[in-house]
Amino acid sequence: MSRAALAFSLMAALLALVGVMQSWSLALAILNLCLISAVMSLGVNIQWGYAGLFNAGVMGFAALGGLAAVLVSSAPVAGAWQAGGARLLVAAGIFAATIAAALALRRRMPAGGARFAAVAAALFIGCVIARYFYAPATAAIEALNPAKHGNLGGLGLPVLFAWAAGGAFAAGAAWLVGKVALGLRSDYLAIATLGIAEIIVAVLKNEDWLARGVKNVTGLSRPVPYEVNLQQADWFVRRVESFNASELAALPSAERAAALQQLVIDYSSLFVKLCYAGLFAAVLAALLALSATALNSPWGRMMRAIRDNEISAGAMGKNITARHLQVFILGSAVIGIGGAMLTTLDGQFTPGTYHPLRFTFLIWVMVIVGGSGSNLGAVLGGFLVWFVWVEAEPAGLWLIDNLTAPFGENALRAHLMDNAQHMRLFLMGLVLLLVMRFSPGGILPETAGGGRAKKAGGKAGESPAAAGTKTKMPPPDSAARA
Amino acid sequence: MSFLVGENMHGGYGGADILRGCSIGVARGEIAVIVGPNGAGKSTAMKALLGMLELREGRVSLGGDDITALTPQARVARGLAFVPQTANVFVNMTVRENLEMGAYLRRDGIEETMEQVFELFPILREKHAQPAGELSGGQRQQVAFGRALMTGPSVLMLDEPTAGVSPIVMDELFGRILEVRDTGVAVLMVEQNARQALGIADRGYVLVVGENRHAGSGAELLADPKVRKSFLGG
Amino acid sequence: MTDLLNALILLANFVLVPALSYGSQLALGALGITLVYGVLRFSNFAHGDTMAFGAMATMLATWWLQSAGVGIAPLPTALLALPFGIAATALLCIGFDRAVYRYYRRRSSPPVVFVIASVGVMFMVNGIVRFVIGPDDRQFADGARFIMRARDFKEYTGLSEGLTIKVSQGMTIVIAAALVAALFWFLQRTRTGKAMRAFADNEELALLSGIDPGRVVMVTWTLVAALAAIAGTLYGLDKSFKPFTYFQLLLPMFAAAIVGGIGQPAGAIAGGFVIAFSEVTVTYAYKKFFAYLLPAAWEPQGLMQLLSTDYKFAVSFIILVVVLLVRPTGIFRGRTL
Repeated sequence: MSRAALAFSLMAALLALVGVMQSWSLALAILNLCLISAVMSLGVNIQWGYAGLFNAGVMGFAALGGLAAVLVSSAPVAGAWQAGGARLLVAAGIFAATIAAALALRRRMPAGGARFAAVAAALFIGCVIARYFYAPATAAIEALNPAKHGNLGGLGLPVLFAWAAGGAFAAGAAWLVGKVALGLRSDYLAIATLGIAEIIVAVLKNEDWLARGVKNVTGLSRPVPYEVNLQQADWFVRRVESFNASELAALPSAERAAALQQLVIDYSSLFVKLCYAGLFAAVLAALLALSATALNSPWGRMMRAIRDNEISAGAMGKNITARHLQVFILGSAVIGIGGAMLTTLDGQFTPGTYHPLRFTFLIWVMVIVGGSGSNLGAVLGGFLVWFVWVEAEPAGLWLIDNLTAPFGENALRAHLMDNAQHMRLFLMGLVLLLVMRFSPGGILPETAGGGRAKKAGGKAGESPAAAGTKTKMPPPDSAARA
Repeated sequence: MSFLVGENMHGGYGGADILRGCSIGVARGEIAVIVGPNGAGKSTAMKALLGMLELREGRVSLGGDDITALTPQARVARGLAFVPQTANVFVNMTVRENLEMGAYLRRDGIEETMEQVFELFPILREKHAQPAGELSGGQRQQVAFGRALMTGPSVLMLDEPTAGVSPIVMDELFGRILEVRDTGVAVLMVEQNARQALGIADRGYVLVVGENRHAGSGAELLADPKVRKSFLGG
Repeated sequence: MTDLLNALILLANFVLVPALSYGSQLALGALGITLVYGVLRFSNFAHGDTMAFGAMATMLATWWLQSAGVGIAPLPTALLALPFGIAATALLCIGFDRAVYRYYRRRSSPPVVFVIASVGVMFMVNGIVRFVIGPDDRQFADGARFIMRARDFKEYTGLSEGLTIKVSQGMTIVIAAALVAALFWFLQRTRTGKAMRAFADNEELALLSGIDPGRVVMVTWTLVAALAAIAGTLYGLDKSFKPFTYFQLLLPMFAAAIVGGIGQPAGAIAGGFVIAFSEVTVTYAYKKFFAYLLPAAWEPQGLMQLLSTDYKFAVSFIILVVVLLVRPTGIFRGRTL
């Protein structure tokens, strides 16, 4: 059995164990988030594994995906567009014109203080005018039935469209960031993406007219049936009945109806989760297939050539920054799709829950642990790390509970029990560092072509983007104290 | 009797060997020059003596002690000073600070040595408070040279000290190198300007594909028709 | 005339003083980032959490001192506890260097590997801080609250606007200035400081001069830890201590370091103040200011605020983007010490 098959079987066994030990509903809930995590980590892996780009703004792209889910699938808010739509569009137009004017000034005028002043003045005036339209427009929209809506509302399209739109939103943001920060030092991209993510989330939290901000948008439409409807559907009840015929038959007839009702409730929840799992798995499989095809195409070979030796690829006339921009946009789009899927699964959009440790850096742990550069590795990392992230909390509590129980109830024990959940952050950092150090290729290292392990020395430790070795002094610290 | 000796050195940077049985030696109060065609391993030979690449075979000794296993830093502490060909000054530090860094390991007074360096290169005294990065190429070379001398070395190693400087500056530098030699320092240098370098050399090595092809005094090599024909352009 | 004075005092009270103290905190943070960048050559994503750790260690020592009845009123007890916080942070930094970064340094790994390793360190430090002290807001300031109260100022000057200077603000500015002076003296005048600059300037040549890299690295982490612990404590005293806010300081601190020219200590300080002043001036509501200056008929209707304070991080980001576009090396041509 190949390494990948073995690893995924073990993963399946772990989930099954949760099903048996805790509950199948929980196991499926974890599985769904595993699948979404896998999509996001696939996106990050496209950027890191194919091009060595460090994206520290995964959170922002995922949140944009979530926003897409709201704007595409939620029901239109009557009157919102009439209230402020026109002025909003005017404001957007003025803002775009302002940027264009600033860019034109920058291009036309000779460099110097005058140009700087002119560009700054153009931007300032343009923004003030745009705001003249923007502020009343948003105020009008927000004033519209604020308890329930107060936002622009959506297009009312099926939520599946939103997944594509999520990808497009994220791609657009990635284009902007990439234009600015690619081609500079690698850390600048990291810092720029860190910033854009914070800003995206700040906008989503504060611009109530857009998606209600921290008031959240709830009750998003679903791509799968509702539990309530299933419980009332004849065919579903009959299926559950026939599925559990023998157990039901064993019960006294008086209890049968009640037991069946309970079973129907349980099964409806499982069925819905399974539907989600099926959809997510289909998306994941499609993305995996697409990226495998891309990686083995001439384009993919060129990407790898650039990654393995930027200098020589640059010397051969490849436009590295443009290629990096492509990869950055593609990866971000995949993250955006994942973000839209997550919001769909939750059925609500809650900007307050986007936290960089969970949405950016945890995804990075997935990629590095799974195997950077390897798509299957990223998927496995998504599964495993999410699983550990979720299960570490009860496991940590259980551990501390048992370790401190012999000492009786005291303040320390209470403190430890209170804060035990935070140890999973520590654990994640530790896992990341251990994998980087001792298994830099991750669990499923990158393979060239058909499963043949590429030259050892691997990834995270060495970075896929490791440039050609240069002659160097033996590095510091190995030096004898002179 | 040579002071610094590399015998039968084999090694490279991980791939194929660049040095394939090369031997170099230099005595105190003597200038030894390594010349040869591009890619002959001249600089590599020097780096091997300095410990900047691992030898697969062969040994390096200094004043009779085997130093093959020592790190570059430890060799510096033992009196080896090296002037790299490029990036050989601290560009953001002043000329004086560059010289001070050269004397980093010394705990005795360094003012006297600094005075000697300033005598050798008067321009450095004038520019002592300027960042080295603001100096011209020839002046930087002098800072680099001065920094190496500040260690109070017994062996001074120079990697193409005259690369990219004008002929006048080159003569000037060679003059300074002779002065340094006369203080009893062993000078080893790699040079592209083979004819001029051999002119001041007490000993010369012609390296070809990592091996010694010819060796002898500078004058002998200059007079050798085979050397003249193949390396000095007739 | 009094209107003009009132307007100026208003600005001093709500813009100048807060921006000066916030700028000092950012400058100290950015200095730590820039030192790591200059000497160890990577962007340290763990720096915000290192500051949180330093503040936490100081806070624990403060509580211990308070419970023992030791204090230096009117100054906050935390000042007395700082050496403990610095020592604990230095141990943390050097420990992580030994366990994590040294390995990659020996292998000459590319910078991005260090960055990812620093993400791992960030997680671990974050976990430690939250485990020890929890994720919530904590107050640990004691002693006098104000150097100058608005009421006293008004009585003294007879103006209708007051000027408030908190002890924490005054302390931040004084300590930051002293610390920066000491750091520059160290880097420019001492043998070890010069060795650090040499190492940052040209690593190979520094090694050829016999500079011990292990020592340089150790000294650097100690300085970084001291800067982080002090900056973290000052920020915690001035605002309040909450682990997550320290993570969020990463962006303005990085922006400050890059705007000034990363690797340049002077740049980090300039950058810190550029970011702080931009943030505060852009998010301040100028309604009252204009009310003093303009005739009553022209009094502005709105808040006259350019940007809501919710978007203060956008200010650092926009400045960062402009610098990256216009002058990627920063104000003081970056990457040296």
